Amino acid sequence: MVFKLNNQLLSKIATGNGHGEDSPYFDGWKAYDEDPYHPTKNPKGVIQMGLAENQLCFDLIQEWLKNNPKASICTPEGAEEFRDIAIFQDYHGLPEFRNAVAKFMAKGRGNRVTFDPDRIVMSGGATGAHEMVAFCLADPGDAFLVPTPYYPGFDRDLRWRTGVQLIPVECESSNQFKVTRKALEDAYDTAQLDNIRVKGLLITNPSNPLGTILDRETLKSIVSFVNEKNIHLVCDEIYAATVFSQPDFVSISEIIEEEVECNLDLIHIVYSLSKDMGFPGFRVGIIYSYNDAVVSCARKMSSFGLVSSQTQHLIASMLSDDEFVEKFIMQNKKRLATRYSSFTNGLAQVGIKCLKTSNAGLFVWMDLRRLLKEQTIEGEIALWRVIINNVKLNVSPGSSFRCTEPGWFRVCFANMDDQTMEVALSRIKTFILKNKEAKMSVKKLCWQGSLKLSFSSRIYDEIISPHSPIPHSPLVRART
Amino acid sequence: MTLTQIRTQSKEPEHPPRKPTGATGMRLIVPLQGVVQGRGGLILGSLIPCALFYFFHLYLKRHRSANPSSNPPSPSASSPNLADIPRTASRSNLSSRGSFGPGRASISTRAMSIAKPNDSPYYIGLDKVSGNPYDRTSNPDGIIQLGLSENRLCLDLIEKWMAKNLRDSIVGTDGDDLNINGITTYQPFDGLMELKVAMANFMSRVVGKVVSFDASQMVLTAGATPAVEILSFCLADHGNAFLVPTPYYPGFDRDMRWRTGVELVPVHCRSTDNFILSVTALEQAYNHARKRGLKVRGLLISNPSNPVGNLLPRERLFDILNFAQEKNIHIISDEIFAGSVYGEDEFVSMAQILEEEDFDKNRVHIIYGLSKDLSLPGFRVGAIYSYNENVLTAAKRLTRFSSISAPSQRLLASMLSDASFIEEYIETNKKRIGNIYGLFVEGFRRLGIRCMESSAGLYCWADMGKLIPSYSEKGELDLWDKLLNIAKINVTPGSACHCIEPGWFRCCFTTLTEDDIPIVIERIRKVAETCKSPG
Repeated sequence: MVFKLNNQLLSKIATGNGHGEDSPYFDGWKAYDEDPYHPTKNPKGVIQMGLAENQLCFDLIQEWLKNNPKASICTPEGAEEFRDIAIFQDYHGLPEFRNAVAKFMAKGRGNRVTFDPDRIVMSGGATGAHEMVAFCLADPGDAFLVPTPYYPGFDRDLRWRTGVQLIPVECESSNQFKVTRKALEDAYDTAQLDNIRVKGLLITNPSNPLGTILDRETLKSIVSFVNEKNIHLVCDEIYAATVFSQPDFVSISEIIEEEVECNLDLIHIVYSLSKDMGFPGFRVGIIYSYNDAVVSCARKMSSFGLVSSQTQHLIASMLSDDEFVEKFIMQNKKRLATRYSSFTNGLAQVGIKCLKTSNAGLFVWMDLRRLLKEQTIEGEIALWRVIINNVKLNVSPGSSFRCTEPGWFRVCFANMDDQTMEVALSRIKTFILKNKEAKMSVKKLCWQGSLKLSFSSRIYDEIISPHSPIPHSPLVRART
Repeated sequence: MTLTQIRTQSKEPEHPPRKPTGATGMRLIVPLQGVVQGRGGLILGSLIPCALFYFFHLYLKRHRSANPSSNPPSPSASSPNLADIPRTASRSNLSSRGSFGPGRASISTRAMSIAKPNDSPYYIGLDKVSGNPYDRTSNPDGIIQLGLSENRLCLDLIEKWMAKNLRDSIVGTDGDDLNINGITTYQPFDGLMELKVAMANFMSRVVGKVVSFDASQMVLTAGATPAVEILSFCLADHGNAFLVPTPYYPGFDRDMRWRTGVELVPVHCRSTDNFILSVTALEQAYNHARKRGLKVRGLLISNPSNPVGNLLPRERLFDILNFAQEKNIHIISDEIFAGSVYGEDEFVSMAQILEEEDFDKNRVHIIYGLSKDLSLPGFRVGAIYSYNENVLTAAKRLTRFSSISAPSQRLLASMLSDASFIEEYIETNKKRIGNIYGLFVEGFRRLGIRCMESSAGLYCWADMGKLIPSYSEKGELDLWDKLLNIAKINVTPGSACHCIEPGWFRCCFTTLTEDDIPIVIERIRKVAETCKSPG
């Protein structure tokens, strides 16, 4: 006799939706997966503009690999190291790897600070790093404050298996989404009232999705805030080397060296090579903490996400090549700057503005507020579905980043070549111009009596239709 | 406190109080009246409430500091030295939730338990060796490592393969140029399909081609360590339990329990049964767990066993499957040593039973990896093989925290797809392990130490019960300490593996060469002489 195991025999983590794949952020990905753009094979497909990946400098990496065969243990020149690397599984990591990463981090910050290689802990990508830091700093039920808008992955990475909560710190476009002391205090006080223990503040600098950097004053204010409340500060500096124009990037490590009254045990940096170097496939995540207990604990936890020794060896060689690193960082910035300006100029031609203070990251924060039928989340989602299905671009709606103001979209531009970008721009231009025409004709029709604009019913059609691949988004459900 | 008392306590040197008359009394009690009744009243009327306020807070403050479980009264001043967090700090933080303002910025309670220095002999021994590792030429007096089950016997074969098949293995070739496109970008978190297919074929060969594994039922992880943890997260909630036959791999205590909050309930096995799991012991352990109020979610077996090295016979696997069905629990079968079977006994994988017999497949999940059989622990390759769609979906999503680095995936996909290399490797590996095992066990036998019969694994399970001063865990640890610090040999004592009978030690021999064995035996002999229990 065989009786079937049902879903109740799985854990809450397995059966719940902590994985976050029900959010619209991933709906767009699904649309792309089903109909991906290809310049020749599928020129009408969906262009992926929702993935913050840096593909602009592959050629430099390729060239370096060609010229440095010894770095890879899979070449005749490097094979003698194979044995030692293959059996190396110490969670401290290869010393040369840690040294090289420490040097690279310093270079990415203009050598204004130095990093201690012994404080570097590996993890399975920045995703793994964030989860590990949450495990180390907070117990289930504790909370982290996070300024909005923020990377949707935090909801999953910091909360899913850890049981930690995230409390948004609201930032507004009226002051370029800056993190204000007042917003921090408000969020903290709200948590206190709800009897939630706040263990830390998580900032992303440079910001995802805004592409802005935190200025010195804000950083100082944040440091004094965390010291005053005696909570941890986790700084995600994963985009540090993508700052392509003035003002210069200021790392938290610089602030705490200047700031006298800072308890160093509160400061932790999350880093990765996925964005700065364009190596997300290598899964190199780094935790750098000024707190010895956290370093010790995280190191032991890193067994769950160690970086392959082969990769460590390769990275160690590459990042120790000072000349290459400097050239790479400079070229990276140049190419990002060029791509950013051509993209934003293209958008400006049809009157689309982007956040003007952005000078970093692999994306723009696009302002489409004036295109919304209604200034609500539903309005934003409706517009977003039009962009996915009609314009065929996978962009990310601001609501998935918990942005309190509807109408903002994050659009990634560094994961494609120039031609694809041109195609994307032309699609946007066509859409905007058509939209303008439609608006004009709608205005005319409005005068002719009651024309029911059935945009809202279109949302329902898409969701309820049995053919829709996109599952019912909980965000839309909440309002109805 | 009455108002008259306050009045006598309040210090108002600049305004000596007037003799209290009835009118002044009213002016004190009702400040507004004081204000209305003129200048003196105005002053008193405003000062009295301030004095009241001040004394009220002084009263509160005194009360607060007298409370032993409270936090330091000045929340902003101190910069806590986290190195000496007292154990009670976490409890006081929990009790003072939100009430007294910010608590100390401690690390989490689960981190505190991990941050403690390792107290298991398993980890202490490993640390000691890394501080003073033996090397035949450069450090002949160093500590010989027999505590880490690592296989170095066949690395030469792999090196040879690398020499022949290089360029294509990490970076694909696009014509003559190296092309890294495709391995630096984001990959599916649960592994490249090409590696899954290659792993499925490899696993099939390892078990003697009697089973075929389906690549779509596989999820790849960065080593077997996260594979075990991911299954633990998927199959059990915080506070639930898994049954684990003892002795078991000390790492399970960490991998299955740390971050998941799951408990491990030992199922004791005895030397009289050759440390093979019995159904009686399973039932006992299950009932014991129930009595403690623990919900058992599954049974974790390692087959081939670590640390004993024996294989579960077919009938026992049937018993286990029946038991799981009856109790409605999962089975996690850690088969990471499947390719290290050198003896005559037949290794039967869970997959084989499921293919041959009619059991409920949905509750069986197999763990595998390349760290032991293919001697590549550095590359971090583990796999979860499950028949349960829901578990696969959940596990896939969790692999984002523990993905295998793409270049390593490419390299290994290439290597594992080379059928003739794999055949040669598997056969040679078994032979060499068998050879060293034979020499090692013979050496022990001459010392009067017998090893449990085993036919797999990279270690032997040695009975040093005659050498321990007292038949207890303490006695065993005394011997372990002597072996580590005097004989300079790191072995793993049975107590670290939760073995219920003292005196057993796991000794890994696959990092040794034939020449090292006499040295090891000699060192142990010296200590054994001093340990022979009197009469």
